Amino acid sequence: MTFRHVRSLAAFGAVLAAGVAGTSQASAKDLTLCWAAWDPANALVELSKDFEAKSGVKMKFEFVPWPNFADRMLNELNSGGKLCDLMIGDSQWIGGAAENGQYVKLNDFFDKEGIKMDDFIPATVVGYAEWPKNSPNYWALPAFGDVVGWSYRKDWFARPELQAEFKQKYGRDLAVPKTFAELKDIAEFFQKREIDGKTVYGAAIYTERGSEGITMGVMDVLYSFGFQYENPDKPYELEGFVNSANAVQGLEFYKQLYDCCTPPGHSDAYMSEDIDAYKSGQVALHMNFAFTWPGINADANVGGDKSGYFPNPAGPDGKAFAQLGGQGISVVSASEKKDDALAYIKWFAQPEIQQKWWQMGGYSALRKVVEDPGFATSQPYAQTFLDSMAIVKDFWAEPSYASLLQAAQKRFHDYVVAGQGSAQDALDGLAKDWTQVFDDEGKY
Amino acid sequence: MLHSPVERVAEATPHAIAKRFRGLSDRSLAWLFVAPSIVLLLAVNIFPLIWTIRLSFTNFRVNRPNAEVEFVGLKNYISILSDKDIWLTMQATAHFLIWTLVLQVLIGFSLAYLINKKFRGNDLWTTIIVLPMMLSPAVVGNFWTFLYQPQIGLFNYAVGFLTGADPSSFSMIGDVSLAPWAIVIVDTWMWTPFVMLICLAGLRSIPDSIYEAAECDRASKWRQFWTITIPLVLPFLMLAVLFRGIENFKMFDLVVQLTGGGPGSITELTSINLKREAFEKWRTGYASAYAVILFVTVFGLASIYVKALNKVKQR
Repeated sequence: MTFRHVRSLAAFGAVLAAGVAGTSQASAKDLTLCWAAWDPANALVELSKDFEAKSGVKMKFEFVPWPNFADRMLNELNSGGKLCDLMIGDSQWIGGAAENGQYVKLNDFFDKEGIKMDDFIPATVVGYAEWPKNSPNYWALPAFGDVVGWSYRKDWFARPELQAEFKQKYGRDLAVPKTFAELKDIAEFFQKREIDGKTVYGAAIYTERGSEGITMGVMDVLYSFGFQYENPDKPYELEGFVNSANAVQGLEFYKQLYDCCTPPGHSDAYMSEDIDAYKSGQVALHMNFAFTWPGINADANVGGDKSGYFPNPAGPDGKAFAQLGGQGISVVSASEKKDDALAYIKWFAQPEIQQKWWQMGGYSALRKVVEDPGFATSQPYAQTFLDSMAIVKDFWAEPSYASLLQAAQKRFHDYVVAGQGSAQDALDGLAKDWTQVFDDEGKY
Repeated sequence: MLHSPVERVAEATPHAIAKRFRGLSDRSLAWLFVAPSIVLLLAVNIFPLIWTIRLSFTNFRVNRPNAEVEFVGLKNYISILSDKDIWLTMQATAHFLIWTLVLQVLIGFSLAYLINKKFRGNDLWTTIIVLPMMLSPAVVGNFWTFLYQPQIGLFNYAVGFLTGADPSSFSMIGDVSLAPWAIVIVDTWMWTPFVMLICLAGLRSIPDSIYEAAECDRASKWRQFWTITIPLVLPFLMLAVLFRGIENFKMFDLVVQLTGGGPGSITELTSINLKREAFEKWRTGYASAYAVILFVTVFGLASIYVKALNKVKQR
């Protein structure tokens, strides 16, 4: 290579370097926030305009549909990708993200900015921010409170002829169920009933196989029937807890509910399929996360006075629990814009922004917002949200949560939808699968 | 006067370029030209393959960058081959593979045979028939979920109309006994045209003179079909089976969109199962061993098949 070549190569390199530097400088004042593609994300785009105006930082958003959300985002975190500066990740990711250094630990930042975790709903702090659980190690700020609950056709329940028929058949009023047994009665009552010339069905419940759907549904029933993840006195001891007699009864109940009372073809349904079934007037009862309620309330077909909301009813022993949803917002360790990302979290944590968040359809986890005297009556579903958040439980948040979840998805779907084996077989198998996962993790 | 192409190319080469390559032997030049392709092949095919084989003997998990990676010997392979669930996914794959091939060959060849006959609108029908294979598998999977919908699906309606059954009384993708057939039907609908096109190429390559000679010998149409058409189209047909076999062994997108592997794990094909192990459970070492087993299986079967294909061609 001649000197002339070297010189022209050097010149080309300089131009390229200048270009790269220019690009990096130009993008220094933007932030990318990653989340699922759903209604609350659209609200957050609107809300974030205030941050853009105040900080001069341009917000970019990467929203991925729910069925692919975990795959796409966990790939991003695991590969050390720099796409996301801020991540509103699922609550179950916290263990893995914390232990693998994928999220920035926020304790010092919270102390410096005076952000106190006591100001947030306790369940959301444990669920979305802490790892290890129940320890003051924070990896996220609770961003979006969510929980599984029910909406129902209040207008159908109010029909005198249906009330009379129901009372005659079951000896009680057609009203919001207090127990899961009552819920099943109601679902059976509506199954294949003609209402306004249309055949309707009992309940839309979670049955999805691919991601986390059926587990999120089944767990609601299992918790209320007495299922426990492990021996409270001996962590990771699962035998006799995961597959206890109460848990088996709960799983059998879920299958009965699926068999008796869901619309035809409801074998792979999660959030969007359930909401479609409800909004199209197909079902009387609808299991879903609370994030769907603002949309239902505003819906032309089923909104306003036509729908009511209630938290998970109780199991046979009178105890009621609900599956926690929702997410915290974290700063991704691989981000090169951590300061701006932390500035966003500081802005987001402000009470007036949290208040605005709730008004725009985001479920704030800030106590000042939800404990406001006017909160419970601010929306028809607000009280149900509070009641549900008071009874939450969450799935494993261990670093190995993905393996634990996939095992549950398979065991539950095999039994509930495919009808293979018994509930006892499914839960015995699940206890075995989970034990194997923890054994691989060196927990024993 | 320049005679050979090589001489003409040499003459046409600009002097500056010719000067730069002067002194290089033909062999060196050949290496120079193929080197980029070889480097690319090594980088994107061979290196990942070797790396996968290496990972398959470890407990590596890509989501645990800080965890110690241990050599586990054949543990992953033993674990996979003795896993009852994996054999069930193998069975599901075999069911899917065999039935799609059988149906696509039968229907594809029949359609090609019909299309090969001269009739009015021949080209139009060919275009209509090949439309499904032009669609994206993900799109096909998605819209067939609507066609299979018990309440509003056209498929259920058609079955109900023909049999008198209540369309909402059965769910093609929610019923354990129907779901394996649901994916076979969709794949057959989508890819039969591909088999048809290859068969059509085979049929059109048979010279008319052979049939004319058979006519002179008073061979019946049936005999002509079995002794001329089938033997001469067979290499094409076997090629179509090879392509479809390899494609369907690694079928993923269409089935994921259609059933997600459900109900339960009834339609969980090996590729779906492998994806779950690799990118949902993040068992990278285990999934690598799984991938190696599948690679060896496909490679072995394909090699045997190609040998058979060559024998048929040489006949």
